[in-house]
Amino acid sequence: MNPVSYQRASSLTEAVRMAGTSRLLGGGTNLVDLMRKGVERPSLLTDVTALSAAIEETEAGGLLIGAAARNSSVAAHPLVRTRYPMLSRAILAGASAQVRNMATVGGNLMQRTRCLYFADVAGSRCNKREPGSGCDAAGGFNRYHAIVGASSACTATHPSDMCVALAALDASVRIVGPAGERTVPLVDFHRLPSDRPELETVLEPGEVIEAVEIPASPFAARSGYRKVRDRASYAFALVSVAAELTLREGRIDEIRIAFGGIAPKPWRAYRAEAALRGSGPSGEAFLAAAALELADAAPLAGNAFKIELAKRTLGAVLTDLTGDDR
Amino acid sequence: MAIRVNGTEVASPDDARVSLLDHLREGLHLTGTKVGCNQGACGACTVLLDGQRVLSCLTLAVQADGREVTTIEGLAEGDGLHPLQGAFIEHDGFQCGYCTPGQICAASAMLRELAEGVPSYVTADLAQERILLSREEIRERMSGNLCRCGAHNGIVDAIFQVATEKAA
Repeated sequence: MNPVSYQRASSLTEAVRMAGTSRLLGGGTNLVDLMRKGVERPSLLTDVTALSAAIEETEAGGLLIGAAARNSSVAAHPLVRTRYPMLSRAILAGASAQVRNMATVGGNLMQRTRCLYFADVAGSRCNKREPGSGCDAAGGFNRYHAIVGASSACTATHPSDMCVALAALDASVRIVGPAGERTVPLVDFHRLPSDRPELETVLEPGEVIEAVEIPASPFAARSGYRKVRDRASYAFALVSVAAELTLREGRIDEIRIAFGGIAPKPWRAYRAEAALRGSGPSGEAFLAAAALELADAAPLAGNAFKIELAKRTLGAVLTDLTGDDR
Repeated sequence: MAIRVNGTEVASPDDARVSLLDHLREGLHLTGTKVGCNQGACGACTVLLDGQRVLSCLTLAVQADGREVTTIEGLAEGDGLHPLQGAFIEHDGFQCGYCTPGQICAASAMLRELAEGVPSYVTADLAQERILLSREEIRERMSGNLCRCGAHNGIVDAIFQVATEKAA
């Protein structure tokens, strides 16, 4: 690991003043690992774990979660468990108890891909790590890579479970920087790679994530998160689905769906939602909506199975959510 | 600033690169905490930070400034065994023993999480405040600690016994 200096911000104002070109350090579960591998080589770290970790109800009946809140605190919070159970489930589906105790909400948003070629400094080309160097994943072991939203420059997936639930919950990200405060919808926070895969979010240098805001939701009773992976626990998703809906007179009234594991960012399935809104729930309708969403899928040699897996996982989640016992 | 390790104040390292794991082992000669993968995948380096289980390989020692660290050396009171240590022996919860300090530190925090009603991915009803203890719950909650010898069945048995005795 390269030599690095360390400073700790005691408040949001101080963090914005200190941030500059330093790398912001949360729980370190991703950044410290990438520093040890030589993927990240910051000369200065700004520790932002002393910023607000509060989880509070907003006046509009939503929830405001401080960027320094630990993933485990969010998953176990009574308001999250009762009003946004899908978010608890998604967080609990990710990593291990130790990692969730360390990882912050802000850090989860900022975590980088788990593409093996991205992490292999000594042996692999990677356009995300070293722009213009090429991509060894495209012709390599790409079982875990993207089937939608990728580019010829990069097919890496975003690894977060939490962000998939937040995308379906219409969450937004509060950002503070030298120029002031702004709020970005979670679905617009991460970028698709295009020809600049090294640019992963809309966060500008010097900006700090203050909090994540989730609006009030009528969906709690019919919401769910399902993750399909290569082992039963402590593994990244091959495919995951966050979905929530309401029924009216036997038909789907409102519905929100997001996929994880298939794209460079949490993938909100707007086309599938539009196809299902107002329709009667049935296995055929669910699969048709999934097929519509994935019509443009462009799989690689090792991950074509994800198309069928994503369709069936969505079908299974929606069948479960529209059942009579809810 | 200082770190409190097993009740004793120690200085944090000057070099910000030093992980809590390396500081414990190389700086303080507390070699009970083990280096496994050194990349957050195996759990061998698990310690308690302010009572919460964390991976010491991915924690910078400077981040532990002003906080309380408990390692396997500080888990039991006095010279006796911690109940989990006794149960691991009784149930053959190890072969080579390399992952054991991490397993036991993780399990001690896990028992507290269970008592506090913290849910897991396999908890059926998130709204319930009391967690129904099962082998499935223990396996899911301990998935961050790998045992290459494959002693997981004994590990689950040991934890199940202590959890049951604790709840009784």
